[in-house]
Amino acid sequence: MSVVALTPDYEKHIEFRDLEKNFHGNRVVYLHWEQHLSFCSAIAFPLPPSMPFAAFVEAIVKPHYAAHPDFQRIDWSQVVWMIDDEKKTPDMDKSLEENGVKHKSLVRFWTPGLEGYKGSAS
Amino acid sequence: MSQLASLTLYHNDEARPIIEAIIADNPGVRVLNMPGAVKLDCEGALVVKRASVEERLGREWDPQEIHLVLISMAGHLDEDDDQFSVSWKH
Amino acid sequence: MTAKKLGLKQRYAHMTRGLDWETSYQPIDKVFPYDQFEGIKIKDWSAWEDPFRLTMDAYWKFQAEKERKLYAVLDAFAQNNGQTGISDGRYMNVVKLFLTGVSPLEYQAHRGFAYAGRHLRGVGPRVAAQMQSLDELRHVQTQIHTISHYNKFFDGIGEFQHMHDRVWYLSVPKSFFDDARSAGPFEYMIAIGFAFEYVLTNLLFVPFMSGAAYNGDMSTVTFGFSAQSDESRHMTLGIEVIKFLLEQHPDNLPIVQKWVDKWFWRGHRVLGLVAMMMDYMLPKPVMSWKEAWEIYFTEAGGALFQDLARYGLRPPKYADIATAEAEHISHQNWAIFYQYTHAAAFHTWLPDAKHMDWLSEKYPNTFDKYYRPRFEMWGQMAKEGKRFYNMALPQLCQTCQIPMGYTEPGDPTTICFRRTQFRGETYHFCSDGCKDIFDNEPEKYVQAWLPVHQIFQGNCGGATIPDVLAYYRMNVGADNMDYVGSPDEKLWNEWQADKIKTAV
Repeated sequence: MSVVALTPDYEKHIEFRDLEKNFHGNRVVYLHWEQHLSFCSAIAFPLPPSMPFAAFVEAIVKPHYAAHPDFQRIDWSQVVWMIDDEKKTPDMDKSLEENGVKHKSLVRFWTPGLEGYKGSAS
Repeated sequence: MSQLASLTLYHNDEARPIIEAIIADNPGVRVLNMPGAVKLDCEGALVVKRASVEERLGREWDPQEIHLVLISMAGHLDEDDDQFSVSWKH
Repeated sequence: MTAKKLGLKQRYAHMTRGLDWETSYQPIDKVFPYDQFEGIKIKDWSAWEDPFRLTMDAYWKFQAEKERKLYAVLDAFAQNNGQTGISDGRYMNVVKLFLTGVSPLEYQAHRGFAYAGRHLRGVGPRVAAQMQSLDELRHVQTQIHTISHYNKFFDGIGEFQHMHDRVWYLSVPKSFFDDARSAGPFEYMIAIGFAFEYVLTNLLFVPFMSGAAYNGDMSTVTFGFSAQSDESRHMTLGIEVIKFLLEQHPDNLPIVQKWVDKWFWRGHRVLGLVAMMMDYMLPKPVMSWKEAWEIYFTEAGGALFQDLARYGLRPPKYADIATAEAEHISHQNWAIFYQYTHAAAFHTWLPDAKHMDWLSEKYPNTFDKYYRPRFEMWGQMAKEGKRFYNMALPQLCQTCQIPMGYTEPGDPTTICFRRTQFRGETYHFCSDGCKDIFDNEPEKYVQAWLPVHQIFQGNCGGATIPDVLAYYRMNVGADNMDYVGSPDEKLWNEWQADKIKTAV
């Protein structure tokens, strides 16, 4: 144990506050559109692991980024996806889980040719 | 590398004699005026002398009265009945 | 023949030493059970020196005098309707953020120093910690009294204590102090006494309060400087505690160094809120965050760490990263609040052209390149009736709890993502600094109450934004959203119209 604690059995009393089982059947998934920092950070969603990746794109990714002027120009066939540091081509018909999205996974995507408002990454 | 000793005081009538005494007694002091406050910096050490303040104030002055107008400081502090100082000297 | 008057130093020794007693029916370690488990070794408690030789009688005398002066200003301010004389209605939002985010920390500091004062077995540090505990209680009281006057007119203030315990961004300062108060007494003293009070609070109180004065808020500047006048005593306590620990035993150095690294970084993150207040929220700015950082960290911190080098202590880890971030942090933070204005208990706005020019001048390396386009884009969108909001919840850093909006060192176009695994669970961080803090004590930080995850777990009043805002006791439509169109703005404009009428 690395924490220095007053009680020797401190470890026994730890509450892991964000275990997957606390999210009522969902897991936390983080999503981030690269080079578009108008969205100040990655955004978080509680999602069922069985959600198809295609549904994730349609129901989660698109509506939450639609406000950006670059959004209409996205060529979705060219999007580069990364799941937890690994560049991947997700299988749209398969679930988040089958595509390797775990509890608290980070899904980042790049839209080639689009680099934010006037190329400022905003 | 530079080591500035520093005192920041209220910029008001009560602090003015102290500010003036500091400027007179610490050659090379740098004065940074801000709204409401004044920061006085001096290389190595900064001293507030009771006699200098009393001369300007026209009454007896206890160096601990500086607590009433002091906002911030940098350096090791030393106070006695005759002066109040901050310095990086050992 | 009159008795010879004692000098200050002798008088102080008489009044503060030899007040302790030896225990007889209990071992001393049972009376002071908390001051050993952190591994700090103290050979001689009597080696503690108080730089300020302020005895209790002098303390009461000076503090009473400070209070009289403060309340004279507050009364005058209320009698003169001082609230109508501030620079602009927007200014009030710094006061709201101060009361909800900072004043409750004064109370936490009061509790923390009372705890340190009880549990350190040396009489010197105990007296000093108790005095500071009283000061901190005075600070929270005077801040509440001062700001209660504004509460008669402006929104977003009335539920400050409730909000401090619940609202997402207020978990940032709250968790900072919770972390310090749940540490041992020595870590608390280094965290708050040294890292926060000595190294960082000048950044909060001096340029910021000077900004209050410049914006016509005489009541806030008065409590700010009145609190800060206690702060110079607190700073000397902070520097004394670190010298004392380092002089007592060489084994203390690595422990103290780790605390200095940790609390410098945590403090730097919390003060990002102040950076945003100084650069964006003062209608009449006085000094940029970057300038304040240069004076109060680079210059003052430089002198301090040069001095402490004789003990083998080095400047805090990642100080260079924090200094580089001074070019970015205020802009990134204001952008966070602008897009989450619907969930914040203060108003936001876009900087106008004149203010953006000031930012360009103060931040020639970064503002025009990275941040001006962002604000111009949002300005354009607002003009088209499409004001930009972020309608999802942000990913938070497990350590500092701030939305993960900070960029890679050296690359302001890419978010800095860091993560770690602990017992099969993944944790995310905004920076190497925050990741190191977690990795040193994962058992502590896995327990963090992260507002976004708590909302998802159903612990914050419900699943929708209105549910959560009700749980925060946010008065929707008054406390939150843009300044333009707010009841605050309406009131302010009425006051201005009255002034013109009176003048005519």
